[in-house]
This record gives sequence, structure tokens and C-alpha cells, in this order.
Amino acid sequence: MTEVRTAARSLLLLFCAIGAMQCAAQLALGADTASSVPSPTEQRTLTDRTVTWPTARQWQRALLLEDYNTRVVALGTTLLGVAAGRVGSFTLLRGRTLMGDALSHATLPGIGLAFMLVTLVSGNGKSMTVLLFGAAASGLLGVGCILGIRNLTRLKEDAALGIVLSVFFGAGVAVLGVVQQMQTGHSAGLESFIYGKTASLIARDAELIAAAGLLCLAVTGLLFKELKLLCFDEGYAASRGLPVVVLDTLLMAVVVVVTIVGLQAVGLILMIALLVIPAAAARFWTYELRWMTMIAAGIGGVSSLVGSVASSIFPRLPSGAVIVLVATVLFGLSLLFGPTRGAVVRWSRRVRLNRKIDRQHLLRSLFEYHEVHSPEVFHSKEAARSIPWDRAVPLERLLTMRSWSLERLGRQIARAAREGLVQQSDKGAVRLTATGLAEANRLVRQHRLWELYLINYADIAPSKVDRDADTIEHVLEPAMIAELETLLARDDAKRGLPQSPHEIVVSSQDDATVQHSTPEQGG
Amino acid sequence: MSDRPLAEANTTDRSSGENTASIGRTPPPGEMGSLPSGSIPLSVHDLTVAYHRKPVLWDVEFALPPGRLVGVIGPNGAGKSTLIKAVMDLLPTVSGRVLIYGEPYSKQRYRVGYVPQRESVDWDFPVNALDVVTMGLYSKIGWCRPVMKKHKQVALEALERVGIADLAYRQISQLSGGQQQRTFLARALVQNADLYLMDEPFAAVDASTEQAIVELLREMKQTGKTALVVHHDLQTVADYFDYVILLNMRVVAHGPTEEVFTRENLQKTYGGRLTLLDEATEAMRRRERAL
Repeated sequence: MTEVRTAARSLLLLFCAIGAMQCAAQLALGADTASSVPSPTEQRTLTDRTVTWPTARQWQRALLLEDYNTRVVALGTTLLGVAAGRVGSFTLLRGRTLMGDALSHATLPGIGLAFMLVTLVSGNGKSMTVLLFGAAASGLLGVGCILGIRNLTRLKEDAALGIVLSVFFGAGVAVLGVVQQMQTGHSAGLESFIYGKTASLIARDAELIAAAGLLCLAVTGLLFKELKLLCFDEGYAASRGLPVVVLDTLLMAVVVVVTIVGLQAVGLILMIALLVIPAAAARFWTYELRWMTMIAAGIGGVSSLVGSVASSIFPRLPSGAVIVLVATVLFGLSLLFGPTRGAVVRWSRRVRLNRKIDRQHLLRSLFEYHEVHSPEVFHSKEAARSIPWDRAVPLERLLTMRSWSLERLGRQIARAAREGLVQQSDKGAVRLTATGLAEANRLVRQHRLWELYLINYADIAPSKVDRDADTIEHVLEPAMIAELETLLARDDAKRGLPQSPHEIVVSSQDDATVQHSTPEQGG
Repeated sequence: MSDRPLAEANTTDRSSGENTASIGRTPPPGEMGSLPSGSIPLSVHDLTVAYHRKPVLWDVEFALPPGRLVGVIGPNGAGKSTLIKAVMDLLPTVSGRVLIYGEPYSKQRYRVGYVPQRESVDWDFPVNALDVVTMGLYSKIGWCRPVMKKHKQVALEALERVGIADLAYRQISQLSGGQQQRTFLARALVQNADLYLMDEPFAAVDASTEQAIVELLREMKQTGKTALVVHHDLQTVADYFDYVILLNMRVVAHGPTEEVFTRENLQKTYGGRLTLLDEATEAMRRRERAL
């Protein structure tokens, strides 16, 4: 299970990396890729990607959304991003992300063919509805091919996806090549379907995008709990009578709608990014599906908004690339700082746990040293106070007890001293303070209880107990300790500090003290 | 393609399915003869399931008496999980008829609670234990309607019954294996079904969870419910179940535990994995390949 999960996670990362690389390459080699679809009429705009720095006035117009058109487009693409983030959350959890990618790539031949047909019939093929219709038709045909190949040939789904994705895209590029040869139509705008160009959207397109986005939000909102069950446990969903196939088809249909209307804004190569990156980023922020969909929607919305504004400032910059780059930055931030599984949080958690373990080891070593060498410190009247300085544990003894480096030991002692648990003399000897003694007593007791439990109830050889107890005691909860105490009360009527069931090795050199301790007094 | 011979083989064996109780390779002694079919929790006739060309279940026939804890025992690949899934129409079957309290599953869905194998889902999914349990109520809540407070209350009570109410809001990946299994059980419990189908609920759980599940099963039995449980540990069969089905592609034997759970039957179920049937299928496939 965990392997599958790790694999899925690395696949996801790979995805995002590829997305980022794709658009970086697109920015760098924009001229080169674009020249594969040369247009005699618009040669200059296609090959010329030089970005001219806009004037202050242009900045102001774009950033304040002064144009009606810019405003509508910004709203439309933002809604698109919101919808894609939300829909993408479900496809990510359902494991259908690649299907969305194949779908968007498979739209290209449909766009080209629709353009050709309409141009032949009416002279001007740049009717948005017709182009989107063509895109939807060939996209669905692509998905149909994937399902057909998978079900009829017993090839794995990834093979089917690879075949369909590349074949359809190749066909699309070929069709576009033919389109460029046609003298009649002005085919230049078709390029925006590949890379995305919100600047070329008019208000009506944006309204269509907004409407489609709202529709997708409504569908996923109404069917939220059904989709949740479908994504979590398909078999159980079917056993409850949920029409799994219908729901899957519906989810795919929503993906189709988002993809088709998103083609112009993001472009078919990068559309997948808007579906997967926000959803993947949201996983670092929450353990609740509802929040995950909302956060993904937010990330998608912000990315799209920034992309469309940038596109209106730099009209020659492909907005798809900007959108993906913004989304990727947000993904990177989530990966680092997400509160549920972000790298920073996990790292600090690990450091804190390691420190806690080290501190416990230090206190236990000090305590056990006294048990063996100077058990009288437990009986003295001053037991409630700190260990007297003349009984303090020499540093070199501690070093031999714990196989730590001098630096590490020094660090731990300093840290424990700051917490008021130990004090260190000028010569380096370490003594437990009153708080430290109480804490050490508690820890040792817990440790021994666990050891005894393992020996008595889990059939573990006494010599192997120490290490297991060391790793497990650090996660013992108070309730568990209470349970152990009642269990062991039968064995240890004194209910004091149980003895160590194995030999305590205090020093490896001189007296190699191996003896059983018998403290009479305990917690 | 190769389904044809399977189907043919079945028709020869198709006896009249009128009196459900009288059928069965080892008819249970008299206890169901007088029962009307509506009170028989589960009866399976002639059930054959094949994946691709390999039969997984062959001519499975049995009927369960009500109010029993039934263990389904058999080696790996014997078709135990397949049987449960086929009962719930989750798999295409080659032939067969399944009746739940005298009617097909599609009509009796609400009377059947299902506990899938724990490994069948991704436990990293972003939901908490309470969410998972609430899923058992979705069909009751209805399409497009939100989960209300009262539904969560019902789910919480179910979690209480399995002893992990304090973990209700914990994300499911942070539950131990035993706690995850209890969550699944609670999800089936909220349905308040009459027949429970459980796929290896005891697999890889801690001792206290195993005990809790057993107690829950006994509680169910006392209220007249029936549970069909896929089980692996032969040691505990006699302890936990009062009725067993020994399965290895076909039903080797079924009936009350003390009568059926014998060394001889176990030998038949587990010994000699390559049965005559396997050889026949293999021969058939070789011939097909040669053609």
C-alpha cells in the first residue's frame, strides 16, 4: 500500500515538474514551436514573441481591470480556474487525472477539422461554438478509444492513454498543417487553443466560460457526497446501489466541459495542469475533502486570474504558461509549508520527536547510573530535592553509557539544563534537579512497565526488550500506561518502580557493573 | 467465448429452484425444510462466475438458516471474496440466482450490510472516521441532499458500539489497522441491516479488535441477524462460527460447524489444489490455443 502511495506521489510530482518544464520550454522556445504552424498572413505575430514592456498606463488599465472586456475575461477565467480546481480534486482522488490529459490533447484534430469544414462551407471558420463543438467531439472520441483499447485488448490503461494521446495530438498537428495551406481562412487564432491566450477572448467567450464553470461547480456541489463515496470506495458505493458507471461518466463529462471551455484560456497542452496542480497542492493543506476542494478551487482561481491579467498586459505571452507557472509556485509553497503534510512541518515534527527521545535517554541514563552506583540518593532525606553535587554523574561515564558523540551529549545536556531538568558543574559532571529527578523517575517507570509488558504478554526474549521499549515508549499514551499498571499490578504488588528485567550496563570499562537494582521507592 | 461450455455445464445441473431449502450439496439436516423462502437470509443457486476464461466459482449452491454466524472458509483464490461480491451483483455472473430473504438483491439492498476488505480502499483519502461511517447512510439520506446533524449522531453511536467514538474526527490514515476495520464495521452497522456480508474483517487486526468484532457478531446474532464472514484462521473457526461454508471454487461442504468442520472436509477443501475441474479447463484452453 505505502509503496503504491509513494509511487503515486512521485508520479504526481513528476507531473507537475513536466508541466512546469513544458511551459518553461514554451516560453523559451516559443518562436520555434510556433513556427511549426506557419501562417502566411500572420507570420510576424507567430514568430515574434518579443515582449515589449508596457507603459504605466497599460499596467494601470490591466491591473485595475478598467476595460469591460478585460474584466469579463478575468472573471470568466477565474471561474474556470475555480471549477477546474474543484473538479480536479475529484479526478485526482479517483485516479483519472491522465484521462483528462489525454482528453485535452485529443481535442486538437477536432478543432482543426471543424475549422476546415466551416471554412469550406461558409468562408470563415472562426466560430467559437463550432470549434468547441469539434473539440468536444474529438475529445470524447479519444476517451472512447482509451476505454475501447483497455476493455477489448487487455492492454493496461496507461498504454491506451499513451497511444491515444500521441496519435490524436499528432493527427491534430497534421490537420493544422493542412489548415495553414488553405488560403481562405485566417487560421492564426487556432494557435491560442494550443498554448492558451486569454487576450484573444471576447466578452461572449468569457461568459460561456463562466457559465460552464458555474455549471461544473453546481454539479460537483450537488453530488458532493455521492462523488466522495465513489472516489473513496467504489465497491461499497455499488453495493449501496449507487450507479457507479453513471457517476463516473458524469465526472468525466464535467472534466470534458471544463477542458473544452478552458482550451482558449490555458491551451490544450497545459489544461491538465489546471486540473491536477491545484488539487495536488490542496492535499498539503487539509485532511477534509470539502476543504481540499475549496482550497484547490482557490489556487486554481488565483492562478487563472493572474494568468489572464498577465495576458492582457503582455498580449504575446501565452496565458497558459503564466497560469501554470503561478499554480506551480503555489504548489511549491504548499509542498513546503502545507500544515498537514508539508515538508517543513514534517521536518520540524521529526526534529522535535528526536529531541524528545534524546532527552528521555539522557534522563534515563542519569537515573540508572544512580540506581547502580549510588542508590542511597533515592533514600536520602534530600530525595525530594536535587541530587547532591558530590553524587553528580561524571561526563565520561555518561559518554560510555550512551553511544553519543561528545558534541551531541553536550547539546542534550545544555538543552535539558535550559529546561531545568539537569545542572552541570564546571568539571562537566551532571546532576538531576528535583524536577529532573521526578521526570526521570516517571520515564524509567514507564520504560520498565513496557518492558515487563512485552516480556509477560508478548513473548519476547528479555535481552531484546530494551530496544523495542526504547522505540515504543516514546509514543505511549497516559491511558496505555494506566492499562499497563493495572495489568502489572498482579505481578508487582508493591506497585513501586519495577526492576529492570535485564542487566543495566552502566560502564563498559572498569567495573562493568551488571547488577539488578532494587529501588524501594518509586513514583 | 469460452463461457459457452461453462454455461452448458450448468444447464445440466440446473435443478428446480422452487424449494430453496432442499437444494444443496450437503443439505443441512432438516432445519430449513419448513422455512418459507422469505425468511431465509441468503440462498444461492447454481452460481458460476468466471474471470476471463478461468472459472472462479462453479455451481455454488447453499442456503443459510437465519440468525447464524456463518464462516466462509477456503484457501487463497478459492473465490470467497468473489462469492460476496457476486451475491451483491458487483460482478457479472455466468449463471446463477441469488435470493436475499426470498427476493433479488436489488430489492433487498437496504437489508444487507457490506464490510469490504480493508485493503480495498486508499486509507490516505481526505476524510475522517465519522465521514466514512456516515457513508453507510448515504442511500438513506438520498441523492443531492446534505448530511445532517442527526445522521452524524447515528454514525457517532455506531462508532461508540465498535469502541472508537473518541476517534471520530481523526483522519483515517492516522487510525491503526484495527481501528480502520472497526470504522468499516461501524459503517455497515448504521445501515441496521439484517444480513451482513464481511470480507475478512479479522485480517491483520490486533487482539482487542478481534475480540470486539467477535462480541459484536454475537450481539448481532442475539438480535436475529445473520452474518456471512470470510475467515482465514482455521484455529478460531469453531469458536466464532456456528455454521460454515467450505469453499474451493465449489462448495465442498456447508452446514453447522460441529457437523461440517471436519478434518476430512478440510482436507478436501485445502488438499490437492489441482482438482479435476482445473485439469479440464486447462485441457480446454490448450485445445483452443492449438486451433
